[in-house]
Amino acid sequence: MDKDNQQHDWDLVIKGHTSLFDLKFRDLWHYRDLLLLFVKRDFVSFYKQTILGPLWFFIQPIFTTIVFTFVFGNLAGISTDGLPQYLFYLSGITAWNYFSDCLNKTSTVFRDNANIFGKVYFPRLIMPLSIVVSNLIRFGVQLLLLICMMIFFAIRGADFQVTYAIFLFPVLVLMMAMLGLGSGLIITAMTTKYRDLTFLVTFGVQLLMYGTTVIYPLSAAPKDYKRIIELNPMTGIIEAFRYAFLGKGEFTVSSVGYSMIFSIVILFIGIVIYNKTEKNFVDTI
Amino acid sequence: MSETVIKVENLSKAYQIGQIGTGTVSRDLERFWLTKIRKKEDPFLKIGETNDRSIKGESDIVWSLRDINFEINQGEAVGIIGKNGAGKSTLLKLLSRVTSPTTGEIKVKGRIASLLEVGTGFHPELTGRENIYLNGAILGMRKKEITRKLDEIIDFSGVERYVDTPVKRYSSGMYVRLAFAVAAHLESEILIVDEVLAVGDAEFQKKCLGKMGDISKGQGRTVLFVSHNMAAVKSLCSKAIVLGNGLIKKADEVENAVAYYLSGDSESQNRKIFSNEFDKPDFTLHEISVNPVGQSSDEILDEYQTIEISTFLTLKNSDKNLHVTFVLNNDVGEAIFTFTHVQDNLKLHKGLNKIRCVLPEGFLNIGSYYLSFFVIENAKAPIFVEKDIISFNIQEGERPFGAWMGREPGFIKPRFDWTIE
Repeated sequence: MDKDNQQHDWDLVIKGHTSLFDLKFRDLWHYRDLLLLFVKRDFVSFYKQTILGPLWFFIQPIFTTIVFTFVFGNLAGISTDGLPQYLFYLSGITAWNYFSDCLNKTSTVFRDNANIFGKVYFPRLIMPLSIVVSNLIRFGVQLLLLICMMIFFAIRGADFQVTYAIFLFPVLVLMMAMLGLGSGLIITAMTTKYRDLTFLVTFGVQLLMYGTTVIYPLSAAPKDYKRIIELNPMTGIIEAFRYAFLGKGEFTVSSVGYSMIFSIVILFIGIVIYNKTEKNFVDTI
Repeated sequence: MSETVIKVENLSKAYQIGQIGTGTVSRDLERFWLTKIRKKEDPFLKIGETNDRSIKGESDIVWSLRDINFEINQGEAVGIIGKNGAGKSTLLKLLSRVTSPTTGEIKVKGRIASLLEVGTGFHPELTGRENIYLNGAILGMRKKEITRKLDEIIDFSGVERYVDTPVKRYSSGMYVRLAFAVAAHLESEILIVDEVLAVGDAEFQKKCLGKMGDISKGQGRTVLFVSHNMAAVKSLCSKAIVLGNGLIKKADEVENAVAYYLSGDSESQNRKIFSNEFDKPDFTLHEISVNPVGQSSDEILDEYQTIEISTFLTLKNSDKNLHVTFVLNNDVGEAIFTFTHVQDNLKLHKGLNKIRCVLPEGFLNIGSYYLSFFVIENAKAPIFVEKDIISFNIQEGERPFGAWMGREPGFIKPRFDWTIE
């Protein structure tokens, strides 16, 4: 054929080895509708055939707060920086839940979707991104609960105030999403071949909560451990979050900056590893 | 002049067989050390053998595809055929980017939509309408594109009444109809289809094939079609690629490729020559063959042909009254009918007998058949019996486009005298 030697402008070249940093963002943009449809699917299927429906979004944080208040606040008597206990725990739980949901769900994304990934191509990153966005809705609903509680306590004259750091709120959410997504991606990529890590993640995330300032303020942390707790990037975020909404917490530029850099690095590593694994994981999972 | 839209160059895919897990950490480390640090060739990929699942291999790396090269031009409908394990699915997976090749590359012009399965990503809790959107988006459609085609899709699927019901309440047929309807309305330049015809009832099958015909013939889009149904491949495709053990065995016009594939089927041998296995006191059986009348036994038998059964047999003495009888069995061993020449006053004579029996035109239905052979004395006593002496397959013939591609029930298709007044 005379066309053989002619220069073709191929739309797509499929090969075994591609650059590590070819992250296919253009592809991702083309499939943006799919992301929203996945989010809708998650949201709708969550409460289908339930009586309480979306109310279930509230129930988990309410009960966790009550239990935490009882166990840590009343029985153990851990300080809450002078804040109303309910507000203190609820704010911590709301923020922590978002991070941990993102992490937990994305860390099994390859295994949960092996079936669909094995049958059809779409940019694989769509799936974890949709998880992060779905959880954002959940987080938004739970934030409403927190705001209601704040109004309730404000009327009763409790001692807290919303600070200027509230403007940092979108950045804080973004950081949590990046951190959860990034570490989830790393974990899911590493568990396609060796499943061992999955076991670690399930209880590891639970334990990590105690290494973060969810149930105690950083100011109440023992001196010896304070440095370690500060190394946890979630600590800076939760402290800032609490400072923004309730006006108490060790909010410093350096701690938020540290968390920010940490999040960006983790997310970058996560995406690179995920993209590398994505090409062949179907063969090993 | 049509241009090349898919170009496959030296494409290979290796798989590890056996257990993945134990022992792989050390191997991964060794592999990493050799390939990445010392820049040597990957030792685990070197041990390549052809992928024949029936033979025990030396290594646990197999090449599911090995150095495949082909080109497909725009608007062609190409069938990919081959036995199970020949590499068809691997090729499809590579083309649809589900997994990536070990070596080589595929160059594509235009959008590819692949249907390795219908209804990928359907969520049981969502309604039909919601699933149309979801599935369409998974297959690469934009939301507004789906909205534009929504009515057409619902109409094609024929499940309009249930479109706002969660798909978990659907019958499996409705589910598949809806799923195929979405896929059929993709606007990609290249469509890859894997055996979707295996599902759905006759009417829907016809609709699917018709739609695929429209896509390739009417709209000039390129179709790659993988199927075991030769009738469907023949009527839909103009070219075909035969894969076997991960290699391209033949790439040709569809007629030739299908013929090649079917003749390579070693399970049925339409001609059997015996040296002295059946050298009996009274007779010697030399040969039995099944072939289309006037053609050699190498030809494929299809459902429209006139089939002839030839038996070569030497009778040693003439004082015995012998004749031969056949029983035709289907592939599960049930007898379909018995046929003999005893009532025709034909007797075997001394010396070489060339016995021919011609079945009516287009008598046997598609399927695998086995003949049992009897030699009968005095029209009552079998003196020789050989079960399943020869086997043969009747293939689908070419059918008019849009006709049903499946197999009608039954084993014979006798033609009767019909009159309509």
